[in-house]
Amino acid sequence: MERNCKIAMIGAKENILPFKAVGVQVFPVSQYFEAVDLLKKIARDFSVIFITEDLASEINETLDRYRAKPFPVILPIPGATGSTGYGMKNISHNVEKAIGVDILNIK
Amino acid sequence: MARLNVNPTRMELRRLKTRLKTAVRGHKLLKDKADETIRQFMLYIKENKSLREEMEKEVSSVMKSFLLASAVTSPEAMEEAVSMPGFSIDLEIATKNVMSVPVPVISIIPTEKTELYPYSFASVSSELDMSINNLSDILVKLVKLAEIEKTCNMLADEIEKNRRRVNALEYVMIPQLQETIKYITMKLDENERGNITRLMKVKQMIESSAEIH
Repeated sequence: MERNCKIAMIGAKENILPFKAVGVQVFPVSQYFEAVDLLKKIARDFSVIFITEDLASEINETLDRYRAKPFPVILPIPGATGSTGYGMKNISHNVEKAIGVDILNIK
Repeated sequence: MARLNVNPTRMELRRLKTRLKTAVRGHKLLKDKADETIRQFMLYIKENKSLREEMEKEVSSVMKSFLLASAVTSPEAMEEAVSMPGFSIDLEIATKNVMSVPVPVISIIPTEKTELYPYSFASVSSELDMSINNLSDILVKLVKLAEIEKTCNMLADEIEKNRRRVNALEYVMIPQLQETIKYITMKLDENERGNITRLMKVKQMIESSAEIH
């Protein structure tokens, strides 16, 4: 597999610096269209990509393209401002899609 | 329900009956698959939810302490401190099969941690040490969550697709086949009856003409 075994992180500069210190390769972006281009470029190389929730919610359509394949795994994580509920919404969306109703009671 | 556009012949009837048998068998199998996939999905999604809740709390606190650290240090010094990480993380990636859906399996290859803090302690505050220490601890959890969340995504997709197949078989394919089989049987029976009546009529005609002579 030509995919490398590294973790990448996309987000605003102040959010990704701590991840850089623990050995994650970081890619700072400020605008969401930059994030789209960057994601397309690095999706082929990295197997796990972290992305901050605020960015992820803006580029939902681009993220949808990677949902059907096992790799890359794109994981939205909260930034410095705390959780926006985007990740939880994804979970409840999945439950609704699979079962029909949200039985886990996620707001 | 519309019936299929086929010739009402015995050959066609035989063919349709085999198709119906296959469709019913396939429907049963797919329904069983749906049940099992949903059971698996429930296991994963529960873990996904609790893990995400935990992770969001922890990441937020790391981010907060990092923010605090950057408040007391100059941005240049901060960037300099983390810009040369002492090591990089290697992952081991593979796929496994859950209900014939290929899902990712990811694990971190443990490396010998030479030095967790890639900076001198003099230049930055202690909050940075704390946030980096915590972050490297929860990184394992993050990777696990990434794996599980992807699995849930893919299973949800698969369940949706499977449900469409089951419904298409149950409400379109099988009724259509049954209707067509019924139509052909009726048509063949009707032909048979027509044939018998004709024979009886011919027999009667022959008998009556024999009486005259």
